[in-house]
Amino acid sequence: MTGDMSQMFWMYSVGIFLLFIAGLYCVLATFNLIRAVIGIELMIKAVTLFIILAGYITGRTGLAQTFAITLIVIEVVIMVVAMGVIINVYKHNKTLDVRTIRNMKG
Amino acid sequence: MNNDMVLNSVLVVTLVIAAVYTVMTPRLIHSAIGLAIASAILAIIIFKLASSLAAVFELSVCAGLISAIFISTISLTGRITPEELTERQKEHFRKFGVLPVIVILVFVTLTIIHHINPNLLTLNLPAPPAENNVNIILWGSRFLDLFGQIVVLLAGAFGVVTFFREK
Amino acid sequence: MLSSFLLVPLLFLIILNLPLKIMQKIAFWCAMLLVAGQAYLVLAHPAGFWDRTDDWANFFKLKLFADNLTYVLLLSIGIVVFTSLFVAWQTIEEPKRRMNFVSLMLIALIGMNGTVLLTDIFSLYVFLEVTAVASFILIAFQCDLKALEGAFKYIILSALATMLILAAIAALMLFSGDSSFASVSEAVKNNNGNVIIVSAIAVFLCGLFVKAGLVPFHAWLPDAHSAAPTAVSIFLSGVQIKALGAYTIIRLVTSVFGWTNSISNLLLLAGVVSIVIGAFGALAQHDFKRMLAYSSVSNMGYIILGFGCGSPIGIAGAIFHMFNHSVFKSLLFTNAAAVYNETHTTDMDQMGGLGAKMPISNATSLVGILSAAGVPPTAGFWSKLIIIMALWQGEHYVYVTVAILVAVLTLAYLLVIQRKVFFGILPEHLQNTKEAGIGIVLPAVILAAIIIGVGLFFPVMFNSFMIPIDNFLK
Repeated sequence: MTGDMSQMFWMYSVGIFLLFIAGLYCVLATFNLIRAVIGIELMIKAVTLFIILAGYITGRTGLAQTFAITLIVIEVVIMVVAMGVIINVYKHNKTLDVRTIRNMKG
Repeated sequence: MNNDMVLNSVLVVTLVIAAVYTVMTPRLIHSAIGLAIASAILAIIIFKLASSLAAVFELSVCAGLISAIFISTISLTGRITPEELTERQKEHFRKFGVLPVIVILVFVTLTIIHHINPNLLTLNLPAPPAENNVNIILWGSRFLDLFGQIVVLLAGAFGVVTFFREK
Repeated sequence: MLSSFLLVPLLFLIILNLPLKIMQKIAFWCAMLLVAGQAYLVLAHPAGFWDRTDDWANFFKLKLFADNLTYVLLLSIGIVVFTSLFVAWQTIEEPKRRMNFVSLMLIALIGMNGTVLLTDIFSLYVFLEVTAVASFILIAFQCDLKALEGAFKYIILSALATMLILAAIAALMLFSGDSSFASVSEAVKNNNGNVIIVSAIAVFLCGLFVKAGLVPFHAWLPDAHSAAPTAVSIFLSGVQIKALGAYTIIRLVTSVFGWTNSISNLLLLAGVVSIVIGAFGALAQHDFKRMLAYSSVSNMGYIILGFGCGSPIGIAGAIFHMFNHSVFKSLLFTNAAAVYNETHTTDMDQMGGLGAKMPISNATSLVGILSAAGVPPTAGFWSKLIIIMALWQGEHYVYVTVAILVAVLTLAYLLVIQRKVFFGILPEHLQNTKEAGIGIVLPAVILAAIIIGVGLFFPVMFNSFMIPIDNFLK
């Protein structure tokens, strides 16, 4: 692996890690359901970039793109299901504050 | 090669800034738009990494479809008054204000580690592939994934029927 | 014809969803016939089915593979999904919802069958997600607030697990050419000790621990399993955490990652901590289904503890305990369904003395509890004994003590269930309860018969059971 590519690999890896941390912090520290899903989306973007980066470094762009496309399709379906759950919670409660639905302990 | 490195760095820094903005902004709609901007920047990065088909998917699906779903859900689930907004802003910055600090700290730590030990990530790359065309790989050797995608889409359809029913 | 496990349920799914009037009547029976057929194919093992060349798989270039571990799981999947469909036939009333339930259960069946049959780590991710999406929708099926909360917690934690698994897959793809088990395991062997590979394996295992409900990632399990409708709880606790969690851990560690001392220690530690926390969590509960959910955490700990020993006897014990836990946990959740259907509550403090009014549920619940606690001559006794023997042989004496002590604790909290629900004095408002309908009672009787049968005949089956496990390890 050439020095230039090694430098780029490191730089993108740092960016991916920071993106992941931002998403993780968003999920952990929020009281709003929609914001938690936005955090999950940021983490999924970090992993997508990691897959494409791995494909670029090894020269296997075809396989990496296949993985990324499959991942994007599945991510959309999960997002739609999560939105379905959130809208139904809103219908019950008229609020999306997660503190009001913490009925079950532990 | 120096120009290339500069362009790469600018793209990564913009991506991280967009992500931090998405988390830090107290209004949900701004957060969804921040997510769309981050998706667009990500699509440019993916295109630069020689993966044009995935970049198109990322741009159209994530920056387009998912942002549309988010914005419609956000508008369906409640409006807030201006007093609630300022109240929520203060609380939000109190909780999330520490994020840029964490990001900068982690960045500095990782850069220091990299300078101390530049050979931390040594890779032993595999042989280059025989076939690199996405279409041939997807429809040829990875049919099981396609089957799984079809079943997931069916599951999503049943989920929509379950959740969005009229009473 | 391994691909028929994936293609035939899809065919049934499409046919049963055609807008014909007759489909609503026969939907449940067709699906139950399908899963019963799956269980029958594993038990009777006709060579005409298993050894025939797989035309569909060659046509689509699918690479499916089945060995003895797969057979045990296909059998468990068949039995538990059959029970779940039967209980749902009894408990879910609206006709449109019944059709939805059958369709979603068929999708979950495709997902689990795919997970246990494939040989590729990225396809593993895809089928894990198929089952997970079906489970999200099934948990929130009745759209009541508790179920929505449980489903949302599961969505977030499952998405987190998926992120970890995908990041590990991407890191492993830096070294391997293809994503199949064979090439990844060769890449791991060639690059032994590389920092990226070691961290990728650790992250992958953390993601799988979340899916299996092991401590410290078990936070979603009690909420999701107790808030889901009863038929769905049977499916979740009975087979979903095993096919997605325990099976994938066993398959990946033996075929792909390879045994190292650190992996063995990690598995043993995770197992023993799950056993303890699951048992103590169960003791503190007043809700029937929540107590059973914590008991699931504890039993997953036993499975991983047995597997962590690394010896053939440990792995045999783990696989046998997977099967036993499927059967007795499904039985206990079926009894919970019976009680909930008749009394409309799962709070044990409001119950008592139901044994006189629901005699069959009482008897089957007793059998299930004896098996869960590991009392002879039920099947659960043999699997716990084998795991403890494997720990003793591996000289992990501290773990043996903990396992035996927690087994006693398990008996204690399970007897609390039996006492509070079925023995004792019948309160005023429950004077009119009667036995639950045939859809709940019949599967309970079948499962109890399986437990007693396997328990009694196990010494005879021992040789025919141990030899396939040995072959599996080689």
